[in-house]
Amino acid sequence: MSDSSKAGKPQFRNIGLIDLIRYRLPLAAKLSILHRVSGGILFLLLPFILFLLDKSLMSETSFEHFKGIASHWFVKLVLLGLVWAYLHHFCAGIRHLLMDVHIGVNKQAAHKSTLIVFAISLPLTALVALKLFGAF
Amino acid sequence: MPKDNIGPHRLVVGAHYGVRDWLAQRITAIVMAVYTLVLLVAFFAASDFSYEGWASLFAQQWFKLLTFVTLLSLFYHAWVGVRNIWMDYIKPVSIRLTLQVATILWLVACAAWSAQILWRA
Repeated sequence: MSDSSKAGKPQFRNIGLIDLIRYRLPLAAKLSILHRVSGGILFLLLPFILFLLDKSLMSETSFEHFKGIASHWFVKLVLLGLVWAYLHHFCAGIRHLLMDVHIGVNKQAAHKSTLIVFAISLPLTALVALKLFGAF
Repeated sequence: MPKDNIGPHRLVVGAHYGVRDWLAQRITAIVMAVYTLVLLVAFFAASDFSYEGWASLFAQQWFKLLTFVTLLSLFYHAWVGVRNIWMDYIKPVSIRLTLQVATILWLVACAAWSAQILWRA
């Protein structure tokens, strides 16, 4: 960043794409960007979610149709993506709410709560994956 | 900037709509979190995954209303979040405005669709 004291005004520029690859983010920052990514995924898949809710409730026939759709491997993969996005967004959101009331705001606590969020959301996603793909 | 310019002592200026959206995002988040728990408890307590169990849960008026309020919360919450994404990454005003308007229209349509799904006779 060039702090041009001659112009008397500091200049700021956004981080470039190439810098972005080398830039090491702390884990909490990764959690934060994934919060945004998961929220975006949930927004984009909103019509799919409403479509499935519609199918599951309309009638017994459409419920069977819903089950048929949901048994396809690709749909299962999309559902798993949805489940991860929901779980991550949920856990990271709870962390956000706690920080809003000044719980765990310092650096160490924030790092610890980041680990807790991943330790809850990822195993739960794995559990759902096993269930979806018929391990139990 | 003085060191104590945080928390309740900070200097607040502007139209305050940022605070309103911030607060709305938190309140809608709490509504959705509570609903998630109610849905999980109701699902695991009452029904195996059959049509009868699932449909009877959604047949009750209180559950329809609770679901609808939660979905409206979801749409408002999504509006705040998606608007933030557009504001952060889309710089040209014309494209940003178009996307924001499209987002609002889409979410309103989703609200109507939700009502139809829940209250179909």
